[in-house]
This record gives sequence, structure tokens and C-alpha cells, in this order.
Amino acid sequence: MGLERLTGSALCGFAKLITGVRATWRDNAPDARQRVYFANHRSHGDFLLIWASLPPALRQSTRPVAGADYWLTDRLRRYIAERVFRGVLIDRSAASRQADPVAQMSAALAAGDSLIVFPEGTRNLGDGLLPFKSGIYHLARANPAVEFVPVWIENLGRVMPKGSYVPVPLLCSLSFGGALQWQAGEAKTDFLARARTALLDLAPALD
Amino acid sequence: MNLSETLVAVFGGVFAVLAAASLVGAVLKFRLAPATPHAVIDNLNARLKAWWVMIGLIALAIWAGDGGVIGLFAFISFQCLREFVSLTHTRRGDHRALLWSFFVLLPLQYYLIAIGWYGLFSILIPVYGFLLLPISAALGSDTTRFLERAAKVQWGLMICVYCLSHVPALLTLQIPGYEGKGALLIVFLVLVVQSSDVFQYVWGKLCGRHKLNPAVSPSKTVEGLLGGVASSTAVGAAMWWITPFSPLQAAAVALVVNVLGFFGGFVLSAIKRDRGVKDWGSLIEGHGGMLDRVDSISFSAPVFFHIVRYWWVP
Repeated sequence: MGLERLTGSALCGFAKLITGVRATWRDNAPDARQRVYFANHRSHGDFLLIWASLPPALRQSTRPVAGADYWLTDRLRRYIAERVFRGVLIDRSAASRQADPVAQMSAALAAGDSLIVFPEGTRNLGDGLLPFKSGIYHLARANPAVEFVPVWIENLGRVMPKGSYVPVPLLCSLSFGGALQWQAGEAKTDFLARARTALLDLAPALD
Repeated sequence: MNLSETLVAVFGGVFAVLAAASLVGAVLKFRLAPATPHAVIDNLNARLKAWWVMIGLIALAIWAGDGGVIGLFAFISFQCLREFVSLTHTRRGDHRALLWSFFVLLPLQYYLIAIGWYGLFSILIPVYGFLLLPISAALGSDTTRFLERAAKVQWGLMICVYCLSHVPALLTLQIPGYEGKGALLIVFLVLVVQSSDVFQYVWGKLCGRHKLNPAVSPSKTVEGLLGGVASSTAVGAAMWWITPFSPLQAAAVALVVNVLGFFGGFVLSAIKRDRGVKDWGSLIEGHGGMLDRVDSISFSAPVFFHIVRYWWVP
């Protein structure tokens, strides 16, 4: 456990050094309550920045949800995903998967942990947000007591865009918005639209 | 006085002023708001704390020699460029141009200053950077708002790297009878410009009535500007003895530098307004980002450099 923690802190320190990341908590504060942080997805480092921006006491009980196809391909990634961040790894291809992703995430919540999810489902190469996958709706409906906190990650997609190997040392910022919860009877499209709007509201204006 | 005696006298004086100001800040805090937050006093104390660090860093850099000063300003340029590019929207197609800016043009500019190659460092960014950056951005095959994006990267490099690099470039000037004392010109420039910022703030708080240009900068007042420029011109005149200038010349140079410094802050305020932010960053507590602190120096440094070079270098 000691080595994993050390690796985790080292990765956080490195991410902070490169990106000078600054977290703003709008209408919300870091809290030990059980939460699902949902964010826009532009880079493989997204969950690391969110994790690094949480107070250290909360990090140990906050687990990123990530694609098994990417994180289980080699030993280093497997170690980081499974041991350092205790990621909830999901098989993204519906055809081959054995476990139901929503059940996997709910099990982690039932065990008392918080989650980091990217409801776009894949990295977004453009601006704005892709349509949300429905997983976040099913998760919210199955866990109506859990708070869903939107997190907008600014600039990380520009630090190292897809296809480039050298990062530009830009400053990144994270905005944590007000929490939302599934309301009894709320339809899938309504909840997804509400969650997506809450996230987009945190984005700075594009000129 | 030789160089090190002069430096000890000047920095001793500055540290004494800072110590007195910190004492006042501590007393104000103790008397008016010992336990509760107080916006103005806390901001004042945060600013003072940052001043200690900044003046300390400049003193250390000068003590370390020319390499220390060049290294310090290279780092300041790097941080400013990060802040500038982070806030101005660039696209994926600009990635290569940004790599050139951060990893080639910035280090090269400071290297040319270190070896004293005036002919090239004075045109590297405005000529070669100007041509190279749009070429590499065009190779990124993205033409959306192309001219605007090219201008943003170019502007970031001009303000944050080219202009600021003229501060350490003062070390390369060979002034008869003033050999090896270039560091004192830097001290003169930095003290005059930064004291102007402080005096504008103080005069504005004390008797600021008429807003100068609220559309660009809501806190700047006519009284603050006039009082600030007059006060720091007097500071500049009083510092003539560390420069190759006569007292009258020192006052004139300080006046020019102050007016340009004011407009540096003014222009960068306009950019911040356009981007919808108050500060460039959050690096320095009470001051915002690095660029918030050196905006006035970036506009005054090249002009100061050329005034000295034209009239004092044979």
C-alpha cells in the first residue's frame, strides 16, 4: 500500500508541476460526502487532474471509472489503473463484456467510495461536449442519494493534443459546479440534458 | 562606490522600506481586524509578502551574476507566456507553433542575450518568429480564424518574451565609465516601474475621484495616474546616483518609463477584459499571475533599453 500511495502522490505532483492546475469550487466545497464527479474528457490525464485537485483525504476513497481496453493493455498501465488509483475498469464493448458497467459502478458506491466518470464515453477531439452516454443516468437512478458533481477541465486537451508527443506547458484549471441528483420519475433524456447543461455552464465562453 | 557597495545600499534601502511597510501592515491587522478577514488589509499584507519574495529573488539573481539575472527573466518569460497562451484560445492546429515558441524561440532569445548578439536578438522574434510561426500553424491544416490565431501567438511572444528579455539585455550595454554595472540599470528600471504601480494604487485609494477609463480598467483613476507617475518620477530622479544619468536626465527617463509602464498595464487590462478575466493567473498571492506583475515592465523595458543605447552607448 505504501508504494502505491507514493506513486499516486508522485503522479499528482508531476501533473501539478506541468499544468499548474488550479481548482475552483463554485457553489460547492470539497466534502467527504459520497459523490460521482463527472467531467468533460479531452485527455488521458483528465482523471489524474481531478484526483490531484481533491484534498488528499478524499483521494483514497475516490475511484476513476475507465476503459479496460486501454488500461489493461500493459503491465505499467494495469499497475497504475488497478493498484495506484483503484480504478473501476469497464469493458466498453457491449458484445464481449461479462459484467454490467452500471452494476460495477454501483458496487463501488455501495462499498462507500466516490467515483470519477466521463459521461461522453470517449475522448472529445473538438470543443464543447459530445452527447452523454446513458450510463450516468442509470447510475444516478440506481443511487438516488448520491450527489453528482460536474467538473469542467480547461486546457488539458491543449497541453498534449491527440497525435503529438511533446506537451505544451499550459496552465489548466478545474471548475467544480453545484451537485445534482436524480429526481424520482425523471426521464432519461431530461436527466442527461440537465447534467450536460450543468457541465457546459462551467465552461468558459468560446469566442 | 563600487558595484557591490551600491547594491547593498539600494537593496538595504528597499528592504528597510518593506520592513517598515510590513510593520504597518501587521499593526493595522492587529488593531483593526485581529481575528476576522479584512479585504483591504489582508490584500495589503499578501502583497507585501509577495514583495519580499520578489525583491529577494531579484537580489539573489543579481548576486549570482549575469547568468542568474538572465535565468530569472527567462523563467519569468516562460511563466508569462504560459499564462498568456492559457487564457487566449488557441486551437489544435497551433500546437506546433506553441512548441516552437516555448522550446525554441524563448530559450534562443535568452541565449542570444547571454552571448550579447544584439543584431540577432533584436530581430529574432519580430522578424523570424513572425514568419516561422504562421508557417508552422498553416502546416497544422486548420484555417479557422487563422489570422487571429497567428496574431495571438505572435503577441504572446512579443510581450512575454521579446519585450521582457530587454531587461537582462541591459547587461550587454557597454557604457563608458559604467562598465560592469548594468545590473544597476535593471534595479533602476524595476524600482521605478514597480513603485509607479504601488504609488498609483496608493494615490488612487487616497484621493481617486475621476475614473480614467472604466471600460478598460475599472480601478484606475486620473488622480492615481498623475500622483503615481509624479511620485515614481521623483523616485527615479532620487536614484540618479546608481545610473549613468544626471538627476534631470534620470527624472526624464523615469517619466518616459512610467508612462509606458502605465500603458502596458492598460493594454493588458484590455486583453483581460476581452477574455472576461480579472487576473492572468494565480501564481502570486494578492497579485494574480506573473503577467499581472510585469505587464508594465514589458512595455517599458524595450524603450528604456533603446533610450540608454542611443544616448549613452557610443
